[in-house]
Amino acid sequence: MTDIAMRAVADRPGDPEQIDHVVIRFAGDSGDGMQLTGDRFTSASALFGNDLSTFPDYPAEIRAPAGTVNGVSSFQVHISDHDITTPGDAPGVLVAMNPAALKADLGRLVHGGTLILNVDTFDERNLEKADFTSNPLDDGSLNGYRVIEVPMTSLTKQAAAPLGVKPRDADRSKNFFALGLVSFMYSRPTEPTLAWIDDKYGKNDLVRQSNRAAYLAGYHYGETTEEFGHRFMVKPAHLPPGEYTNINGNTALAWGLIAAAHLAKLPLTLGSYPITPASDILHELSKHKNFGVRTVQAEDEIAAAALAIGASFAGHLGITTTSGPGVALKSEATSLAVSLELPFLLIDIQRGGPSTGLPTKTEAADLNIAMFGRHGEAPLPIVASYSPSHCFFAAIEAARIALKYRTPVILLSDGFLANGTEPWKLPDPSLLPDISVPFTTEFNHEAPDGTPEFWPYLRDPETLARPWAIPGTPGLMHRVGGIEKEDGSGNINYSPANHETMVHLRAAKVAGIANDLPPLEVHGDADADVCILGWGSTWAAIDAAVQRTRRRGDKVAWVHLMHLNPLPRDLGDILRRFRRVIVPELNMGQLCRIVRAEYLVDAKSVSKVQGLPFTALEIEDAIEAARTELSELSESEGQS
Amino acid sequence: MTDTSVRLTTKKDWTSDQEVRWCPGCGDYGILLAVQMLMPDLGVAPENTVFVSGIGCSSRFPYYMNTYGIHSIHGRAPAVATGVAVARPDLDVWVITGDGDALSIGGNHFIHALRRNVNMTILLFNNRIYGLTKGQYSPTSEVGKVTKSSPFGSIDPPFNPLAVALGAEASFVARTHDLDRKHMIETFRAAHDHRGASFVEIFQNCNVFNDGAFDDITGREHRPQMMIDLKHGEPIRFGPDRERGVVMGSDGQLRLVDVADVGEDAILVHDAHRDDPSLAFALARLSHDDHSPTPFGVFRSIERPDYGTAVGAQLAAAAQKKGPGDLHDLLRSNGTWMVTPDM
Repeated sequence: MTDIAMRAVADRPGDPEQIDHVVIRFAGDSGDGMQLTGDRFTSASALFGNDLSTFPDYPAEIRAPAGTVNGVSSFQVHISDHDITTPGDAPGVLVAMNPAALKADLGRLVHGGTLILNVDTFDERNLEKADFTSNPLDDGSLNGYRVIEVPMTSLTKQAAAPLGVKPRDADRSKNFFALGLVSFMYSRPTEPTLAWIDDKYGKNDLVRQSNRAAYLAGYHYGETTEEFGHRFMVKPAHLPPGEYTNINGNTALAWGLIAAAHLAKLPLTLGSYPITPASDILHELSKHKNFGVRTVQAEDEIAAAALAIGASFAGHLGITTTSGPGVALKSEATSLAVSLELPFLLIDIQRGGPSTGLPTKTEAADLNIAMFGRHGEAPLPIVASYSPSHCFFAAIEAARIALKYRTPVILLSDGFLANGTEPWKLPDPSLLPDISVPFTTEFNHEAPDGTPEFWPYLRDPETLARPWAIPGTPGLMHRVGGIEKEDGSGNINYSPANHETMVHLRAAKVAGIANDLPPLEVHGDADADVCILGWGSTWAAIDAAVQRTRRRGDKVAWVHLMHLNPLPRDLGDILRRFRRVIVPELNMGQLCRIVRAEYLVDAKSVSKVQGLPFTALEIEDAIEAARTELSELSESEGQS
Repeated sequence: MTDTSVRLTTKKDWTSDQEVRWCPGCGDYGILLAVQMLMPDLGVAPENTVFVSGIGCSSRFPYYMNTYGIHSIHGRAPAVATGVAVARPDLDVWVITGDGDALSIGGNHFIHALRRNVNMTILLFNNRIYGLTKGQYSPTSEVGKVTKSSPFGSIDPPFNPLAVALGAEASFVARTHDLDRKHMIETFRAAHDHRGASFVEIFQNCNVFNDGAFDDITGREHRPQMMIDLKHGEPIRFGPDRERGVVMGSDGQLRLVDVADVGEDAILVHDAHRDDPSLAFALARLSHDDHSPTPFGVFRSIERPDYGTAVGAQLAAAAQKKGPGDLHDLLRSNGTWMVTPDM
């Protein structure tokens, strides 16, 4: 990725060199505070007005053995003066706090990129732990890079010593030294970070002072060392005017759920069991009890789903949040929700599987379980978010469908969206849609003798949704259950014809939601030969790849799905317009198989299952390969 | 929960129009009748009452009550009911379950509902057999029981449901049986009136797959010798002439004695309100089979905060401290910056 390397756009003597974007990766031991460092750099950049995208990449172990490659925790941030969507394919700058971090992440750095190494850690013991047979500082293996050696540990200790900080404690501040140094290099203002340190560590003055001293020491080290004579500046991006916050997907999703409950005029009840990478939604919702949000940390995944269903029966917006293994455990309860026809949200923050798989790494391989992972004929709507901020809107959309159609809905996000961040232009809450639905409070049927009665499965003829009458409503007492119900009355009914009717009604209800979806948007060139069909977090890489392909003058079209079940009405017609459809997915081709089966379109899967998001280059290459193949095909057809 | 402003109801108001479909002679009929007879006395309205069940013969119960009801999935009724109770502390929530449903597949939800003290009344129909699946041994079947799935006799030691409940910190624990309507009604009433999770084990006869399991205790001719009626504040005595009693030995163990041998003053006085559960636990374990004297009644009934009220209190405290939630402020809670047109 040479084009992601820093490009000068202006260069006046004495001023920082202006570059349009940079990708920086902070890497260190799990205990080195790299996530915090990256997060602070991101926040300072956001306040400065850059567009940005981030990618935290950390091990599943809370503290893997120190100094080993397995224990490396990284945070990649892409800052830019223009609209970007990905955290960058390859970093131009790698900050490595120890040999293991260098070992783990050197392969990602662009050729000729900048390496900032904490040389204090490059001793025999740490080199051995990282499986280096020779010292990369002097064996020539780093010759292709700009290497900046900084004794960060000892400089941090020196900076903190006058404050009376013990050397061992001072060691913990070295990530702030690195932050200060990189902040100088990229001309970040110091005030926001210093203010943040004062606020965050206000209760422990020695730690506060130590971190300040380390941060300023790093900043001043950059300023006074000749090595850093050349500074860079990424100008603020030309983002549309407005008020922005820096948001990650899990926070956006939690806020979206709160907004959804507010827009539905219903209290929210969440049942959840801790699981990576979904737990932060439980944490965030638990903070906002003043919105009437009830959160129960259930005894297990099954209970979490079951109690959300109970809450929905009682008239709340019942929600459960989880990741892959939890989805499997909730399967039976979700089938119950299909049968009860109650609003219920199952939110799946996908991670690498099967089984425990890669708990902290991203994957989008739960589409199959979302579509098919229930017993019997049990269709339900599936919504997928595609960017961190989009998680907010996806949550509202999932709730809208669940409430309007009285159905469980699965909302798919993933680990990349969950922890990745982007600037988000805040929406005006007053412009968000009203998604409230009325409870049924009156009888809806007459018995043969004329007595008014309530039939819990007498459907709305248009949506096929059944009435939602909640406990406390006089006269409308009724029983629902997992046993097959008689169409209309809802009484137990095992008759063959009735079961077939009910199976078809449930399917028709879900299929009918397609009438309620907006027409798809075809991005890029409508007359292209190649169309990309994407869903979920591949959005960022596809967006960058489509932009680059089109900047080169090549044509490509792109459709991104937010609704995976039912599929939008116009999808089949759109796909059939193109000579070649390619479907990039962080799985083995799950959506690809669905669209092939659904539309008899010869779609091709572009698969990646490394626990990492696609890079833009990978998508670009896939587009190029499809274009090349088609032109070769045309040539051979022309010859024959 | 008793609301005296509620309109008067009769048993008919609590009976649904659905035909009851248990096997003729099933003990479940007696329990259903007792509940339907009790409900008009409780001062609650059918529309404010929710029966939640799992899977099993007993779990058909909600269909026969003219209340709100959920026939849920196997073992999960306490979890579903927790959702109802947390969302709506104003409702009267009942859980109907069986020995397999509550203690095998749903053991986890059962103990956690009790631990959290969620406001619900759990009626466990214990027939020591899987009836709906036509006769396999259950987690309360005795060792050696020959069933379709244990042709050489069960080798699984059984659970003692009361001991499990007490171990799970249950605040209300009682036992009754399906042949004594009056006792059932009084026990269910006490369970209902208790705020928090109330647990009642009901010895229930499955006349098809485990007929007569409790006959040696609850059969009319055996009751005087075999049933120990627990009454709070009274000496624990039984027998046709109340000549037998329970004493606590110096080793802390409970023993059955002749009152004449030890004197009236030595007989243990039942205390259901003791915070310490060890007496209730010892009483729960007094009998180890279905052929020896067995205590009935309320073993334990103590006050402790119920879950739904605690959830509501946190919500109220948060609203008081922060004011009602405001979406505009929420979206700005992590800090914001302005992008102006000239930037």
